[in-house]
Amino acid sequence: MPYKWDFSTVLQYWDLFAWGLWLTFAYTLGSIVVGVVIGMIICFGRLSPFRVISGLARAYQEVFRCTPLLVQLMWFYYALPLLIGVTIENYVAAMLTLSLYAGSFYSEIFRGGILSIDKGQTEAAKAIAMSDRQVMWRIVIPQAFKRVLPSFINQSVIQFKNTSLISVISVGELAYMAAVVNGQTYRPLEAFTVVALLYFVVLFPMTQAADYVEHRMRVSD
Amino acid sequence: MPPTDAEPVLTVRGLEKSYNKLRVIKGVDLDLHRGEVLAIIGPSGSGKSTLIRCLNLLEVPTTGEIAYNGRRVENRFQSRDGNIGCGELRRHVGMVFQHFNLFPHKTVMQNICEGPVAVLKEPRAEVEARALELLGKVGLLDKRDAYPNHLSGGQKQRVAIARALAMRPDVLLLDEVTSALDPELVGEVLQVIRLLAQDGMTMAIVTHEMAFAADVADRVAFIDGGVIAELGTAESVIRHPASERLQAFLGRFNA
Repeated sequence: MPYKWDFSTVLQYWDLFAWGLWLTFAYTLGSIVVGVVIGMIICFGRLSPFRVISGLARAYQEVFRCTPLLVQLMWFYYALPLLIGVTIENYVAAMLTLSLYAGSFYSEIFRGGILSIDKGQTEAAKAIAMSDRQVMWRIVIPQAFKRVLPSFINQSVIQFKNTSLISVISVGELAYMAAVVNGQTYRPLEAFTVVALLYFVVLFPMTQAADYVEHRMRVSD
Repeated sequence: MPPTDAEPVLTVRGLEKSYNKLRVIKGVDLDLHRGEVLAIIGPSGSGKSTLIRCLNLLEVPTTGEIAYNGRRVENRFQSRDGNIGCGELRRHVGMVFQHFNLFPHKTVMQNICEGPVAVLKEPRAEVEARALELLGKVGLLDKRDAYPNHLSGGQKQRVAIARALAMRPDVLLLDEVTSALDPELVGEVLQVIRLLAQDGMTMAIVTHEMAFAADVADRVAFIDGGVIAELGTAESVIRHPASERLQAFLGRFNA
């Protein structure tokens, strides 16, 4: 007997989906903003001529890139409080972990962009007496920015999907709401299909935008 | 103009440059006099480019001293205690590169104005007026709003020269500025340099254009194996080379 689809029961809970989607946006945007700041700090750390600083930045990158985000979430929510003796609210742990995780990936994207700028650009800028800081902010970064945009968008798309993991520490974002609606309606197929579609509808234009930017850049270079 | 009468703008004493164990410059003494055009010639890998890049500290000498107008050049950005740092040095000693190195995200005008506006903090209107004058001089007024990737190699190099001149430098260093150009574009760039020489610009020019060197330079230095093997007037070095090495080198250009 073929499955009889029935979205009406599930869609009665549209306000839960809406709230979940809103939280997903909030955590994504928040962690992207904080992640970019962390990413820039770590990126400059890695480019630092001081071994200790670049070593610490490197260690940070490897810790967050080489452990699963899910494990990091658990660690910051369940384990860290034991270590410091202070309870961490789930939304704090979620925001913190997502940002630290994003920062480690962004830092590598930024670093790749900066290193990809021809050495001649730096030399030409120095030759007109610019300071190292001016060379970086006036000449290197504006060119690197354009170059990293596609990777940056791609990483941000991944970040949007990664927020679904914070449901395991009971943050009521979109994936969490799917489980809630499923619990209320016993309609897992519809509940999870709706959520999957919502993710897709948001992210598809983003990946298209990344492709478009990448294509545009290839033309102008 | 007779170079020996004029005061030296840049003096180099005992300059050496090594990369790890590899000694590229093995002790060079050199004076660049005000208003003089010095051509630096020599085989590939002889250290010409390294030498000229030491003059504005894009390469940091391993040992030796460089002085600008009698002030010792120090390897730091800020000037201090009467010595001159690379920040101040580069305001007076401009450079043009083999591969132009124009800023691709800026228009021709923005490339030229960048230094005076961002570094010298001069009023933009004043700088733009000067930039237009320079663009006229290098024959590219119509390209003022173009981006570098829409220019030919010769045009790019003329913009790069204008960018260096916009800083109103005392000395201009030219590092193989025609070597990356298609042969038919070399002439337009050399013509600009000739005009600068006529205006009395002090220049050190690393070049493979022997006829041009003979024609424009007051003095020619032949670098071989990291030392100045011959130094003298263009006439003596290029027309009457003393050493066999230089004769063999010049022979390859059948000058």
